[in-house]
Amino acid sequence: MASESIPLTIHRNPLAVVYDWAATVDHKKIGIMYIVYALLFLVVMGIEAMLMRIQLAHANSTFLSPQAFNRLFTLHGTTGIFFVAMPILFGFGNYLVPLMIGARDMAFPRLNAFSFWMTALGGVLLYGSVFAGGPLSQGGSAPDVGWFAYAPLTSPAFSPGHSTDYWTLSLLVAGVGSIGAAVNFVATILSMRCKGMTLGRMPLFSWMNLVMGGLVLVTISPLTAAQIMLMVDRYVGGHFFDTDAGGSVVMWMHFFWIFGHPEVYVLIIPCFGFVSEIIPVFSRKAMFGYPAMVAATVSIGFVSLGVWAHHMFTVGMPSYGNAFFVLTTMVVAVPTGIKIFNWLATMWGGKIRFATPMLFCVAFLFQFLIGGLTGIMLATAPFDWQLGNSYFVVAHFHYIIVGGILFTIFAAFYYWYPKMTGRMLDETLGKWHFWLFVLGFHLTFDFMHIPGLLGMPRRVYTYEAGRGWETWNLISTIGAGVQAIAILIFVYNVVRSYFKGAAAGNDPWDAWTLEWATPSPPPHYNFAKVPSVQSRRPLWDIKHPEDPDWRYE
Amino acid sequence: MQKKASTSWLRLSAQVFSVILATATAALADARQPALSPTNIFAPDSTPAHSIFRLSMFGLEVEGAIFVVVFSLLAYAVVKFRQRKGDDDLEPPQVYGSSQMELAWTVLPVLIVVVLFLSTAQVIHRVQDAKRPADAIQVTVVAHQFWWEYRYDQYGFTTSNELHVPVSDPKHPTPTYLSLLSADVDHSFWVPRLAGKTDLIPNHPNSMWIDPQETGLFLGQCAQYCGTQHAKMLIRVYVQSREDFDRWIHEQQQPAVSNPAVAAGRALFQAKLCFICHTVRGTPAVGKVGPDLTHLMSRDTIGSGSVPNTPENLRKWIRDPGTFKPGSLMPPQNLTDDELNQIAAYLETLR
Repeated sequence: MASESIPLTIHRNPLAVVYDWAATVDHKKIGIMYIVYALLFLVVMGIEAMLMRIQLAHANSTFLSPQAFNRLFTLHGTTGIFFVAMPILFGFGNYLVPLMIGARDMAFPRLNAFSFWMTALGGVLLYGSVFAGGPLSQGGSAPDVGWFAYAPLTSPAFSPGHSTDYWTLSLLVAGVGSIGAAVNFVATILSMRCKGMTLGRMPLFSWMNLVMGGLVLVTISPLTAAQIMLMVDRYVGGHFFDTDAGGSVVMWMHFFWIFGHPEVYVLIIPCFGFVSEIIPVFSRKAMFGYPAMVAATVSIGFVSLGVWAHHMFTVGMPSYGNAFFVLTTMVVAVPTGIKIFNWLATMWGGKIRFATPMLFCVAFLFQFLIGGLTGIMLATAPFDWQLGNSYFVVAHFHYIIVGGILFTIFAAFYYWYPKMTGRMLDETLGKWHFWLFVLGFHLTFDFMHIPGLLGMPRRVYTYEAGRGWETWNLISTIGAGVQAIAILIFVYNVVRSYFKGAAAGNDPWDAWTLEWATPSPPPHYNFAKVPSVQSRRPLWDIKHPEDPDWRYE
Repeated sequence: MQKKASTSWLRLSAQVFSVILATATAALADARQPALSPTNIFAPDSTPAHSIFRLSMFGLEVEGAIFVVVFSLLAYAVVKFRQRKGDDDLEPPQVYGSSQMELAWTVLPVLIVVVLFLSTAQVIHRVQDAKRPADAIQVTVVAHQFWWEYRYDQYGFTTSNELHVPVSDPKHPTPTYLSLLSADVDHSFWVPRLAGKTDLIPNHPNSMWIDPQETGLFLGQCAQYCGTQHAKMLIRVYVQSREDFDRWIHEQQQPAVSNPAVAAGRALFQAKLCFICHTVRGTPAVGKVGPDLTHLMSRDTIGSGSVPNTPENLRKWIRDPGTFKPGSLMPPQNLTDDELNQIAAYLETLR
């Protein structure tokens, strides 16, 4: 039964509030800080994207200099992966996992805070570069080597000054934060589940964070190692990537992509978790095929470690090397497809309520399907010899990152904001946000595939007229504007609802996992009495004592 | 009843999609498609590009079919299983899973993967491991920031930025093999209508081949971010009849024209240190940092394809390459108008 939480008005010394947040080790506060931090950088990323899209709307545009543009796409990519996607997912995970498993906090609260602050420091370092060195209008000393910073472009010969070092150091620092967060997730999930919650009974979101945590632990190290080697090359006379002295440029690529590919699975897997919590509740049905979902996720985790060189099909690996990575890349699509089918089967025969969280999840299914299929196209290496490093790839990965990851993050916002703040986000504004964002997303990224098919490479600050690329670029730019409006509506909704939203109560969605058994927002100790569960949906059992899950699982 | 409705939905969608795909494929494969874009990957004109095209069409059909099936299921579910007004408040039947369905939708994708993988592996092998005929033309491509050097070692000359190759008769192919090297950072050679792209990586020689089947000009550009002017490192491939190609070779093999009328300009070319970076064969200028200028006026463009080779552009370029390519590695030249005109007049004799 839902209960109202009585708003308490306590006037506190502002400094005390700041200190409270700065020194907190409470997973909920840390989660919120991660999320707010990421949202700020999401807006920054959006501005960077808008600037680039304005430049690319017409051939031979002079809106931006090449130097400024090259810094923009480097910052955009680096920010997006490390200071938007990872923090926001760590944020949701931090907030929700202990609640979902019936724990009072993460296993290592101080490591939790340390990890957040390290990640935050990384972002500050990266953007500090903009205000260092050269003129601000040219982007200062921001890195301009692309988010994958291929050698030898990053060597002192081709990247004089410190712009590359800002890239390296900010990510090294953020990487420490990521590893700390991953250690915490794995330890918490393995050892702090409440009574009765075996691994086979914990929410799928929790499983996803476990796999994600393991993957982070494995995948960050190659990047850190490569960055240390790069610093050695740049400053203490190393030659790891110095081809004049026998070093290898291809080795950087291997190290980077051994990190880089599992990294994108690190990003998508928690999003699979959001979808696996939201679709069942709004379809009014249990998740179809829980064991298969777990098996598929674990398989994806492992197989994703073996696909990296599909980013290197044009590098000149021998034919059997290319063929091997074609195979592994196609194989990883199988468990991914299985998950789509299981979500569909969950909806099948349900009574679907199309509140805003569900709208975003349905759009995710559609867009992730398409993004996955363009991924299979890219996996067929000869096709990648044409499409690789073109706008087709840019369209593909934005389909996954925006159409997949960001859409599910919005779903998560609309779903869990009531729990975090005690207030509902406005449904009307939510629907405006959704439909405008869908329109803008498809305008930008559907049509972006076409210049790729027509030969437009990526990372170009301008392009020739007469190649047939202009119209499509213009459409993409218009879509970016529409997306910007949608995001503004979202931000307005978030801020306004904090003060004026309808009271949420404990369980506004009639859901089934443990976080909905606490007040909204939960007290700092989460549960007065640590719960004990008998099935995957403890609240379903309470609401349906005549037909509990544990009879069927 | 539900089953019948969903099957006929699916069949209808499949039929509609097949028609759409067939039309789209035909449209894309239409030989007039180069009008859509001179760099259209679906307008192949060389065996590697053709092989890729055929494989990609097959793949698109498979992927298209998957899309139609899954999308139809999603669309059906979203419509059919909506909660409607007047619905009771009871929860629907809870279905926890089905081993048979999991098996089915695991086995079927695995089979698709096997088929796609085998057809892909075949094309990889056919393109990458193609046996090189003894009479293939051999050109060494050296990528620089931000221009292309083309060494025709078997003919004894080097040129820049405009690659000439002979047309190849499909019945008796005369491919051109490109050895791909880099003088500095990573680059990538991409002429979509002729082949997929291959990277040029320092200390990692690569190789690719093309056998264009029509004469004409084929466009492309560098496809691996290589620095400030990556965007304007354009590629122009002139595919010529055998006679035209042989004539071009002969012309390129000659040392530079030595016209006494521009002796002043030639002297300035030395005095102003142009020779440090540029080669003009048959003169003391043997610089290797910038493009070979021996037959500069035989080229249609300057600045690696980015600007037409006109007297006005040539002068603007020499005065300050940043006018066209800010970030180009050629610095602005400190020349008076008079010096500029004399040097340009000299260069304009280098046919």
